[in-house]
Amino acid sequence: MSRPNNGRVFSAVLIKDLRIEFRSRVLMNQVLPFAGLVMIMFAFALDNDDVLQRVAGGLVWLATLFSSLIIIQRSFAVEAADQALDSLRVAGIDLAGVYFGKAIALTIKLIVLDFVLLVTAMLLYRVDLTGSGLVLLVTCVLGSTTGLGFVGTLYGGLTAGAKGRETLLPLLLLPVVAPVLIAATRATEAAFASGGAQTSEGWAWVGLLAVFAAVFGVGGSLAFGPLIDE
Amino acid sequence: MSQLVTSTSATGTRATRVLGLLAILVMLWVVIGGLVFTPQDVVQGESVRIMYVHVPSAWIAYLAFILTAVASASWLIGKKHSMGFDRFAGASAEVGVMFMAITLVTGSLWGRLTWGEFWQWDPRLTTTAFLFVTYLGYLAVRRLEGSAEQRARRSAIIALLAVLEIPLVHFSVVIWRSLHQGATVLNPSGDVKLDDLMLFTLFSGVVGFTLVFFWLVLHRQRTMLLLDVVNRRGLDTAIANRRAEGSTN
Amino acid sequence: MKDAGFIFGSYLVTLGSMVVFALVTLRRGRKSSGGVSDSDKTWL
Repeated sequence: MSRPNNGRVFSAVLIKDLRIEFRSRVLMNQVLPFAGLVMIMFAFALDNDDVLQRVAGGLVWLATLFSSLIIIQRSFAVEAADQALDSLRVAGIDLAGVYFGKAIALTIKLIVLDFVLLVTAMLLYRVDLTGSGLVLLVTCVLGSTTGLGFVGTLYGGLTAGAKGRETLLPLLLLPVVAPVLIAATRATEAAFASGGAQTSEGWAWVGLLAVFAAVFGVGGSLAFGPLIDE
Repeated sequence: MSQLVTSTSATGTRATRVLGLLAILVMLWVVIGGLVFTPQDVVQGESVRIMYVHVPSAWIAYLAFILTAVASASWLIGKKHSMGFDRFAGASAEVGVMFMAITLVTGSLWGRLTWGEFWQWDPRLTTTAFLFVTYLGYLAVRRLEGSAEQRARRSAIIALLAVLEIPLVHFSVVIWRSLHQGATVLNPSGDVKLDDLMLFTLFSGVVGFTLVFFWLVLHRQRTMLLLDVVNRRGLDTAIANRRAEGSTN
Repeated sequence: MKDAGFIFGSYLVTLGSMVVFALVTLRRGRKSSGGVSDSDKTWL
């Protein structure tokens, strides 16, 4: 019997995760409304149009991080139910394929989330976007969601399942993703030209996002297997 | 005490008692030297005295986290997966977190006197705060339920991931500050002229804190072994009881 | 001494945490050492 190779494991897990989302619509019906609500709450708390316009980039990425916590927990709650994760473990397949499948599925969900958040910011906080800003923004979203997808899947795998572990995820994840928050916020501000920032200033931050995604992509694929293998 | 007590020997040995005595003597000198004998600094005034406890605790905290990473890597790489490495990593991280908390508290007290602020968004301070939170997470992972083997594996990986994380955090904070506020880079020790006695006191501080660190780690590590033995025995007894139940029915 | 509160405070925090950590560790060690035979104590 031949073992399925990494590519097939990857696409099987990726398709499975997206299909679960497509059928259950948790992202659509629960997380996106939550994220939109957070954006409205920020407006209540800050209560100033100029301030909102200036900090719009930061608020988008804060809302992304908080919502991503929910998405990650959901992504592994699915695996913990019915011991699905145990079945994957004993199947004798390379867990790196599972890792990349779950990470890219998470990335795709985060891209959808960020699209909605950015549109909300443009409507509610009245930020403008130029053509070159749009290119920068799209690259920034791709880079940061990939990084978040890798890190989130890694720590989500650790905190999946057993009781008392769900509350551990924010404590472990938020310090690690601080570089993503800083870099994505600065790049988004450059794209929005908040506070007179130039679009060109944003590209250095996109570079940092790419480094982050690459480091945790490699580190995660090595660490994920042993981390959930118990 | 219960009748279980078969011996009075706990985690202390002759070596740790000598180490402990040495640590107390050096620390006594640091306190007296730091508070009384050393002069005040030309620039910083009396607040320089905080440096004699602040700098050594920062140094020990970083040493502790490096040792945790090395011990974690040794556990993972080693064929035998010797639990001694795991316990050392855990003990070192615990003591390191304590010293990091001391560093942050004494640092902000010093900052209030010198800068007029408890906190500055300086890359070094910010990275230190992130280290503190990261290792709080590491300790929380160690407390998850599971066997000693599971604890060792999980926490070793988390410790090594922290090694990936910290340079990225530091680097991003450095460029964050440099882009936004120009050069507000603070160099707390750069403008201090230390005379011989001050240098000697600072050096004794580093020696004294290192002795305290190793004393604490040795005892903490041994306590961990005792608790592991007790827990394992509890599990074995429970399994034996279930077996006995099964055979009588 | 000027700013004595801050300076004594930082020494107190430092030494206090060390002493508390040491005492707690010793106490936990003493408590759990009773049930463990000396052959398991690798340091003896």
